[in-house]
Amino acid sequence: MRRRQRYWNAFRTILTKEVLRFTRIWMQTILPPAITTALYFIIFGTLIGGQIGEMDGFPYIDFIVPGLILMSVIANSYANVVSSFYSSKFQHYVEELLIAPVPNWIILAGFVAGGVARGLVVGIVVTGVSLLFTDLQIHSYAVTLLVFTLTSVLFATAGFINAVFANSFDDISIIPTFVLTPLTYLGGVFYSIRLLPEFWQQVSLANPVLYMINAFRYGLLGVTDIPLWMAFGIILVFIVGLLAYSLWLLQRGVGIKT
Amino acid sequence: MSDPALSISALRKVYAGGFEALRGIDLDVPEGDFFALLGPNGAGKSTTIGIVTSLVTKTSGRVRVFGTDLDRDPETVKSHIGLVPQEFNFNQFEPVVEVVVNQAGYYGVPRRQAYGRARQVLEQLDLWDRRDTVVRQLSGGMKRRLMIARALMHRPRLLILDEPTAGVDIEIRRSMWDFLSEINRQGTTIILTTHYLEEAESLCRHIAIINGGEIVERAAMRQLLRQLQLETFVLTVGGPLAGAPQIPGYAVQLLDEDTLEVSIPREQSINGLFAALTAQGIQVVSLRNKQNRLEQLFIGLVQNRRGAPA
Repeated sequence: MRRRQRYWNAFRTILTKEVLRFTRIWMQTILPPAITTALYFIIFGTLIGGQIGEMDGFPYIDFIVPGLILMSVIANSYANVVSSFYSSKFQHYVEELLIAPVPNWIILAGFVAGGVARGLVVGIVVTGVSLLFTDLQIHSYAVTLLVFTLTSVLFATAGFINAVFANSFDDISIIPTFVLTPLTYLGGVFYSIRLLPEFWQQVSLANPVLYMINAFRYGLLGVTDIPLWMAFGIILVFIVGLLAYSLWLLQRGVGIKT
Repeated sequence: MSDPALSISALRKVYAGGFEALRGIDLDVPEGDFFALLGPNGAGKSTTIGIVTSLVTKTSGRVRVFGTDLDRDPETVKSHIGLVPQEFNFNQFEPVVEVVVNQAGYYGVPRRQAYGRARQVLEQLDLWDRRDTVVRQLSGGMKRRLMIARALMHRPRLLILDEPTAGVDIEIRRSMWDFLSEINRQGTTIILTTHYLEEAESLCRHIAIINGGEIVERAAMRQLLRQLQLETFVLTVGGPLAGAPQIPGYAVQLLDEDTLEVSIPREQSINGLFAALTAQGIQVVSLRNKQNRLEQLFIGLVQNRRGAPA
């Protein structure tokens, strides 16, 4: 069998396994973000949003749609890979992959693609929920899909790194709770950074999630606090850095080999 | 002459804490062999297997599988090897058929083809009826058989089994022996580690004993068993005995009124013992080895290494 075909079959196997895993437990993986997002829309969009009025020229409920969708994508892409890869370490079935002739980049690509797949499914579900509350307009399909995919890849890769270092189930919830959630909430999901004092605007620029949410908001609404080229630049730099680091960790066998 | 299935030279492993698990071992396993790698716990068996299967990183040395160097072409080496590890390492929440189909996929086997192979292998190991059962609901014996099925999905030329029958009842163990013998007859080279020495004695043609990170014995099984100087048998006799019979050349002990223990030196025969017992009017009802022959040698070799009397 040709090497390329072998790699493709191995990649498809990892991806299929990942998709089957999160769809088999859809009540834990797909349903909760749909309910959470619906609650956000009811509370922040309908009840409180009505008092706020407009933001950047849009009704508040429309303004928060891109951030809420991307927030779910970020959380689920990350959660899928971190829990799946850590489980494979915990139950030792990562050894199935380590003894097989699968190059490290295929292992990484398979898990990241699994995370992107869950991000995509959850993103579609959450978008469906948002249609119950708003008339969603898409300003640029290309930007929307690109930001969606790149963000998903970035956080799936970050989840992989977390799983490599995790030694307990506590370790896979620390980063999402204490790092990811604050960065997402402070990344402009619910407000434009132009509302902040100058100092805090500058501080916010150090938050990578801000660039993704703004680029995604541009894709849907056509407004952004950040120049698009800068947002894509930051996202790509992070992706390249995290992928390179993940491959290095796999090559060294950190957390998976003795 | 074909390359050995496995060739190891000067293999060393020093773990992070400084423990030297392997002290430069050399080992060749011929193609088609059924090979036993034995040793006490912590001797270095699992480390050796871990290095060969790429689960453990070696400190130094060389590993070749069917002539291919592990460092130069790890993918080819991996494609030749099937591993049945000591511990269960499944996704416990996956159905049986998915476990084996996924494993084939990692080796590049297309999914449709993998389902065909899964049926064949699972039927051979009496697991086809359980194909939709999630792994955690299987019994221990079924999980052991599933690990063998999984290891065979990509049709490896070298199958490594690390204590495959641990905790398995005797009936399943025997059926696993038959299955392994059959795939060995069909050409698969097998390396077996086990604590059941009668398993190694009845299945394997060659043996290596590893202890303290060194190979202390490497021989053909028959040749090794010939080294045994003394064999001890337990005899059940027909009637009650008052004392142990005196038979020149044999050490006879009375265990209870109808059981004798007799040690027979290599130069003596069992026929001579029977003749002497018959002459004294003692009938032998049954006879068994007190200890497995390989076990006797194994204990001797391991104790020698520790400096204790054999």
